[in-house]
Amino acid sequence: MSPTLRARPPVIVMCAAVIVVLIVGAALLAPWIAPHRESDFFGVVWGPPSAANLLGTDNLGRDMLTRLIYGARNTVGIATLTTAIAFLIGVTSGFVAASVGGWVDTAVSRCVEILLCVPVLISSLMVISVLGNSIPVLIGTIGILESTRVYIIARAVARTVTVREFVSVARLRGEGLAWVICREMLPNALHPLIAEAGLRFSFIFLFIASLSFLGLGIQPPAADWGSMVRENAQAINFGLYAPLYPASAIALLTIGINLLVDRFATSQARPGGHAIEI
Amino acid sequence: MTQVLRIEGLRVQSASGDVLVHDVDLELARGEVLGLIGESGAGKSTIGLAALTYARPGCRIVGGRVLLGGTDLRGLDAAGRRGVRGARVAYVAQSAAAAFNPAMSLLNQVCEGPVRHGLMSRAQARERAVEAFRALDLPDPHRFGERYPHQVSGGQLQRAMAAMAISCQPDVLVLDEPTTALDVTTQIEVLAHLKKLIALYGTAALYISHDLAVVAQIADRIIVLRHGKIVETGPTQAILTSPKTEYARALVAERKAAELGVKTRERDRADTVLTVEDVTVSYGRRDVVRSAQFTIARGEIVAVVGESGSGKTTLAYAICGLVAARAGCISFEGAPLAPHYTRRTREELRRIQLVFQLPDVALNPRHSVGLIVGRPAAFYFGMKGPDLKVRVAELLVSVGLDPSIANRYPGQLSGGQKQRVCIARALAAKPDLIVCDEVTSALDPLVGEEILKLLRRLQEDLAVAYLFITHDLGTVRRVAHRVVVMLDGSIVAQGAVADIFDRPGHPYFARLMASAPQMRPGWLEEVLKGRAGSQGDTSIARSGTGSHLLE
Repeated sequence: MSPTLRARPPVIVMCAAVIVVLIVGAALLAPWIAPHRESDFFGVVWGPPSAANLLGTDNLGRDMLTRLIYGARNTVGIATLTTAIAFLIGVTSGFVAASVGGWVDTAVSRCVEILLCVPVLISSLMVISVLGNSIPVLIGTIGILESTRVYIIARAVARTVTVREFVSVARLRGEGLAWVICREMLPNALHPLIAEAGLRFSFIFLFIASLSFLGLGIQPPAADWGSMVRENAQAINFGLYAPLYPASAIALLTIGINLLVDRFATSQARPGGHAIEI
Repeated sequence: MTQVLRIEGLRVQSASGDVLVHDVDLELARGEVLGLIGESGAGKSTIGLAALTYARPGCRIVGGRVLLGGTDLRGLDAAGRRGVRGARVAYVAQSAAAAFNPAMSLLNQVCEGPVRHGLMSRAQARERAVEAFRALDLPDPHRFGERYPHQVSGGQLQRAMAAMAISCQPDVLVLDEPTTALDVTTQIEVLAHLKKLIALYGTAALYISHDLAVVAQIADRIIVLRHGKIVETGPTQAILTSPKTEYARALVAERKAAELGVKTRERDRADTVLTVEDVTVSYGRRDVVRSAQFTIARGEIVAVVGESGSGKTTLAYAICGLVAARAGCISFEGAPLAPHYTRRTREELRRIQLVFQLPDVALNPRHSVGLIVGRPAAFYFGMKGPDLKVRVAELLVSVGLDPSIANRYPGQLSGGQKQRVCIARALAAKPDLIVCDEVTSALDPLVGEEILKLLRRLQEDLAVAYLFITHDLGTVRRVAHRVVVMLDGSIVAQGAVADIFDRPGHPYFARLMASAPQMRPGWLEEVLKGRAGSQGDTSIARSGTGSHLLE
């Protein structure tokens, strides 16, 4: 093993990892680590930081830190699930379309383009107003809408892999579509797809935050970072920090995820990636 | 003769600390051509670039001196080096197609050097460029420069690159495999023009190549390199006739074998494996292969030769079903095959295996060698567990690899090893016919020679037939029983190797034979003299293609 390949990751990547681990940990352990309950009131609206309320209180006098911790649970959980759905649908259809080609490719691509024509916000507002805004509807709607973006990337990546000669070898052997896609193509397309997953996660996460900001996302009293920004936005007028806490949580997680993904992408992009395993 | 370039104790290191070039010394006199020869990774290009005190990204020149007319270039600052590069030492890259900027006209790129270096005004530079185009026999020298790189042929582009290199009248030209990417008939012209250019301007040159025969035509002296060290150095004639070291002897012997060939006995052709009848393949409206017709007998090696664009690879793909033939019939042991592989049965697919030109892209980088070689055995014969392991080991041994390699990944293997893995994978299917598409052209000569020997041995042991696609007549002579010659999509000649080589029926094959470089110094002049007399001069034919591209 060459020492250069196992070099310690740069400090910034370590910081990103710490941020992501802290936020995911908070999301998982919310009921145990939060100082109070999600909707306990403390009387003072936008109260200053104190021993009981480390980050002060929000627009209804609830503990900011507690709300942030529970908010992580809703926001991160929903964004993760949605990203997973978007990738499952997008990658599967993109790879099948690219490797089968012909009319299947044309049909799927045209359908996706129709969906892409309508801005995501408009179509999700429409679906949510028809089906009501429960969390499953939210996840399903955003997952399907975002999968169209994933499809575009997945199909483009798959098209470059599918013309490579080892894929031709597998096809000429008579291998089925499942083997060709799962064993030959996917492992060689992983790097751009993972980079895309990191970005897509951030977009979905911000999209849910903006839906919540409009009052259509996660409903009170459940906390989530987007709606926390909205609820506390007025505090800015009084020179208070309240909306900055959830806003910086959103920023930190977005940056953290992207730094980690970048790191992964560059380590995968090394020539002869497998040399790492020597 | 005055000395122009002198390199002393040159050491170059890669980013991970591997030494790429160990203490190399060389000197070059005005008007002299020094050939650098060796396999890939021998450090030829690294030395060539070091003459410009340039190292590839990640590499560093760590020791030694590069003296150009007495000044050490390593002592200069960045601006000083920039002043030397292109102006006094110029570089001609292997692939002109990749080295030219596709968005600039050729003239602008050729004039850029002298104008940027402040040596000439634009008008002077333009005049010089036209003069160089004329010296290089480029068609319509006054208007040639208005074209863009994609509008001219590969041979013309390589010549334009040479015009660019001499635009500043440099003291030293570094020619890095300038003819390797070209067809043999084109290579000969470019070689002749380079030689003329060097004589005309009295420039010294470092000529880098892996082909001893090419270097023999142009170099006064030869340095043989291996693993970044000088193995042997001497005048061209001495290296060719009496190489002292074992490695140089092996290189010369390999080249000689290519010229002499191996006697193959005519095989019994009663038992036909593959019949190709009147096959036409088209991309869009263009016929790439026209009415191809030939047969392959059991255990026979049939070579298909032709230049790039002659349709030989397309023909191979049509046989495998990778592209569907538009018309005609391909039958295997008498039974017609569906044109496209998706309509063929698993058994039909098993019996014809394809080995690609570039082993790097033909192996899935994420699969271990064991999986790659074992998969066909598992897929076709349902082998698994310990049986499969034994079979994989057996296959690897049969292609001359160590069975322990099964745990490795393609990225950890050398080019020759990868090609052996590809062959093992083809053998795992127990095929009756293996289609080999230029299997040795991406490999170093000695490694390629080993692969050819392996293929021959396997053919004798297993009685498998090969369809051997190649552009190298040396390869044909060494492996094939029969040969099929293709030109512009049509088969122009076919027959037993000995017959075709002794009495080339078609003028094209005669020209192809005459163009394959031979080691004898002076061969180039003989061929050119022979051509000057005949009507079908290639350079005229090529210029014709060029002007048609302009329209």
